[in-house]
Amino acid sequence: MKALVYVGLKPGVLDPQGRTISRSLNDLGFSEVTGAFQGKVIELTIKDSQESKEAIQARVEQMCEKLLANTVIENYRIELKD
Amino acid sequence: MKTAVIRFPASNCDRDAAVALEKITGRPTEIVWHRETSLPDDIDFVVIPGGFSYGDYLRAGAIAARSPIVKDIVRRAGKGLTVAGFCNGFQILTEAGLLPGALIRNRNLKFVCRPERLIVQNTKSRFTSKYTAKSEVIYPVAHHDGNYFADDATLNRLEKNNQVLFRYADNPNGSIRDIAGIMNETGNVFGMMPHPERAVDPVHGGTDGLDFFKSIIESI
Repeated sequence: MKALVYVGLKPGVLDPQGRTISRSLNDLGFSEVTGAFQGKVIELTIKDSQESKEAIQARVEQMCEKLLANTVIENYRIELKD
Repeated sequence: MKTAVIRFPASNCDRDAAVALEKITGRPTEIVWHRETSLPDDIDFVVIPGGFSYGDYLRAGAIAARSPIVKDIVRRAGKGLTVAGFCNGFQILTEAGLLPGALIRNRNLKFVCRPERLIVQNTKSRFTSKYTAKSEVIYPVAHHDGNYFADDATLNRLEKNNQVLFRYADNPNGSIRDIAGIMNETGNVFGMMPHPERAVDPVHGGTDGLDFFKSIIESI
């Protein structure tokens, strides 16, 4: 099983990279872009087991809280894929 | 006073910190490798040095903050051990939960490397007692992720408790409320992006960092 963890800055935290990406797209003529937000995706490969999806989800949440995200500045979202 | 400097893979100010501590204390400094599970018992003051521990993978300081030695530093800091982190050391202390807030990418996305003017905010701490209130000091900065951030409630608490020890005179990185250096609520853990250990000898271009270390020696 794979777990995809999306980590990005919380709203309200200055995101200079997102702002620069948005401006650069505008410069290329994509004037419809009014904002960009850069995060990261961490793809975890998880050993097969008899665990329920809920249990796996709960474990990955713990991983996010303990290491993968800094919840002072970042949000995270988890997607499990078979 | 016995001092120690922690060394992580890709620390690069560990030697600077050790040289500064040895010059100021007149005693050898212990270099402690990050895989150690405990600090020597008789250590009075620990420096977490600057650098790019673990290549800044994941987030600056994130992996170092979960290393075995940091677990012991967290435990000993809870009992009052004096700890200071400069640059990457500050990032590690916030990631370890010893200091509030976080360090994010500089506002202008540039690596900033220059002497920086700081204003001393509180001279009643063990890190700043040798300075005079509102005095200006110059320490070098050299970082890419030095933009201090915390939510309003945290910032208000820091200010109310006089935990902000230094502010930038000319904010180089976008740090919120111009905050350059903070201590924890109990006053024994301090972190800042600038480098006082690189301002302790005339050949550094300035010696404003000397009083930072002398303050600590006098208060321990």
